[in-house]
Amino acid sequence: MSENRTRIVSDQAPRALTVSGLSYSFAGGPVLFDKLDFSVQAGEFVALLAPSGAGKTTLFRLLAGLVKPDAGEIRLGGSSESQSPGQKRRIGYMPQRDCLMSWRNVLDNAALGLELSGVPRQEARRRVRELLPSFGLEGTEQKRPHELSGGMRQRVSFLRSLLSGGDPLLLDEPFSALDAMTRASMQEWLLQIWEQHRKTVLFITHDVDEALLLSDRVLVAATSPISSLQQVAVGLQRPRDYSAVLEPSFIQLKRQILEQLGRTPVIKEGAGQ
Amino acid sequence: MKKSVKTVLPVFLFILLLAALWELLTTVFEVPHYIVPRLSDVLASLWENRLLLGRHFVLTLGEALLGLGLSVLFGVSIAIWMERFNLAKRTLYPLIMASQTIPIIALSPIMVMWFGYGVWSKISVVILFTFFPIAVNTSDGFRTADPGIGELMRTMGASKRDLFLKWKIPSALPGFFTGFKLAATISVGGAALGEWLGGESGLGVYTKRASNMLRGEAVFSGVLLLSLMGILLFLAVRWLESKVLAKRGSSDEKEM
Repeated sequence: MSENRTRIVSDQAPRALTVSGLSYSFAGGPVLFDKLDFSVQAGEFVALLAPSGAGKTTLFRLLAGLVKPDAGEIRLGGSSESQSPGQKRRIGYMPQRDCLMSWRNVLDNAALGLELSGVPRQEARRRVRELLPSFGLEGTEQKRPHELSGGMRQRVSFLRSLLSGGDPLLLDEPFSALDAMTRASMQEWLLQIWEQHRKTVLFITHDVDEALLLSDRVLVAATSPISSLQQVAVGLQRPRDYSAVLEPSFIQLKRQILEQLGRTPVIKEGAGQ
Repeated sequence: MKKSVKTVLPVFLFILLLAALWELLTTVFEVPHYIVPRLSDVLASLWENRLLLGRHFVLTLGEALLGLGLSVLFGVSIAIWMERFNLAKRTLYPLIMASQTIPIIALSPIMVMWFGYGVWSKISVVILFTFFPIAVNTSDGFRTADPGIGELMRTMGASKRDLFLKWKIPSALPGFFTGFKLAATISVGGAALGEWLGGESGLGVYTKRASNMLRGEAVFSGVLLLSLMGILLFLAVRWLESKVLAKRGSSDEKEM
């Protein structure tokens, strides 16, 4: 019960992502990360929990290679053997906003990543079609983004990231713009999808419940600048559904994390957009 | 279909009402024909000179279309050039914006000086009128492209070419069409002005000559035809826009 194991990831398991000594600050602005170390194992679902404005999205941009760190190293995949030049490894990035192309239908939006990596159009569409039913998007192939609900748009966006083949998947507060009901059903849906695909996921959120419900391990960023992350292993059994939030061990973990965050009221504000 | 009747009908009825008022008021108050001719006289004049007017109409329309086509070519090219090269943008964009304040009508005689009284001086005046709205709006279209999509595509390994063809171009299309629609409407004015400044034929010449001769009904018939031409060009571009923007979901890259 009280196994709030705060353990370091064992070195035997293959790593999907290793961050060491990462430092970054905005030009002339505040320091966001100071010699930060953390790693994600292959097949692991990790939630990164930080109050709003702590630089979570900047961290994702760093991991996605969109901005360069001031110092430190970000390594994708297992040890150094994947560093062969020319074959660049990529992460799969799911942005906070869905960023769907209004001029493309669902099929071609979801196929974007495949298309960019050179998969022929027909083949790309075929692979999207195969997955549409399990994403609850059957029959929407020809629909444009503006014809879809917020939840459906996020599912198309997720499907696009999943199919882009990047590893690990970085999900940047994907449900923060949804209403509470839709968010809960999207969280349950993500749990199901994750059971099927078992991709390595790094999920950024400012919502403690969401972090605990979804992940195997929560990394809590309580300091500013972020120089270390406190780790909380989530021992809840899988497959999970939304009822997990009512379990005593869930409450226990939640209390522990809130204490680590110093119960800052900031967490409750949804102002992360 | 029913809906389009519902939107068109009030406008149509209102135009009929205006036409009736025009005829009634000019008749009742015995307005001289060189101030405002009676509508029936204008229509009669239109019918009488239909062959001559038809020739003038085709010529003016040709000038407007050719000028418009060249403006699209130049305007889009310069917008793309500014998009691809930051230096070009920083140098040209402020100039293009500032040039909007130049009274183009005042520049038009220069075109006549350079290109003479032939058809090219008219086309160059049309280009002078229509180039800027197309260049500026297309350029703005590029600028308003959602940066989130660009970043996402970069994480997926998109090349510069991918970014341009699959993100920038489709994002700029609505802006381009805004400029194109504006340009289509004013192209007719440009063509008519070019003809006024010196020419042998075209609706601009026709109305100017008729005005010199105080033939009100001929002036008004020319003006009616010029307005009609502007409306037709605008509707044509709007139709094209609705076609392109409606189906671009599946065919944006095929058109490249």
